[in-house]
Amino acid sequence: MAVRIQAADFDAGAEIAALRRGNPKVGAVASFVGVCRDANDGAAVSRMTLEHYPGMTEKAIGAIVAQAKERWGVIDALVIHRVGELKPADQIVLVAVTGAHRGEVFAACEFIMDYLKTRAPFWKKEQTPQGSRWVEARVSDDEAAGRWAGKSKDAA
Amino acid sequence: MKVKVLYFAGLREQVGTPSEDLDVPPTTVAGLRSQLMARGGAWQTALAQGKALRVAVNQEMAQPTTAVKPGDEVAFFPPVTGG
Repeated sequence: MAVRIQAADFDAGAEIAALRRGNPKVGAVASFVGVCRDANDGAAVSRMTLEHYPGMTEKAIGAIVAQAKERWGVIDALVIHRVGELKPADQIVLVAVTGAHRGEVFAACEFIMDYLKTRAPFWKKEQTPQGSRWVEARVSDDEAAGRWAGKSKDAA
Repeated sequence: MKVKVLYFAGLREQVGTPSEDLDVPPTTVAGLRSQLMARGGAWQTALAQGKALRVAVNQEMAQPTTAVKPGDEVAFFPPVTGG
């Protein structure tokens, strides 16, 4: 289980290969890559700055990953989240999960991402033609995270 | 008692500082928020009641009733938008 917050870009393929390397118990790998879009809420976005809370961010993601591991019994997980200046088409976040079977890794990967969006202290500021603005939290993200609350392991 | 207070993102810009060390009597998250609001101006606006605001004490999400103790690190910030 690893959590990395960094300004530098990452090689998703190499990270995923390293995550499962040498472990023949792994039968499934699921991953998600979040990317910076060139538009949001009706405005063109030319640049984005990601701020975080050093210390708490790592802890919060670590707790989310630990919860996913316990709930789905996955083998390993990796979260890399970039901070600082980003531009459209840049990678923002990687979540990769390994396990024995696809069901648990799909679920764990989505759970980690949904919880990260609502619980890990990051904030995005976008540069648009009208100036810069802080991105507002979305109700749909809260709903996405909320749907995991009542779900049993079997239903996931 | 001494506490460290941190501000992030839009809130940090509104109050004009990323952090400060304060000397306050033992209190709660709500109490500390009220004390900061009493400074008036941008503090009152940025920390106004009813505003979507999150608070962490020692890097764990906190409630208005959470106690603030000597040496604690209290952070105020807007709802998160990472990922």
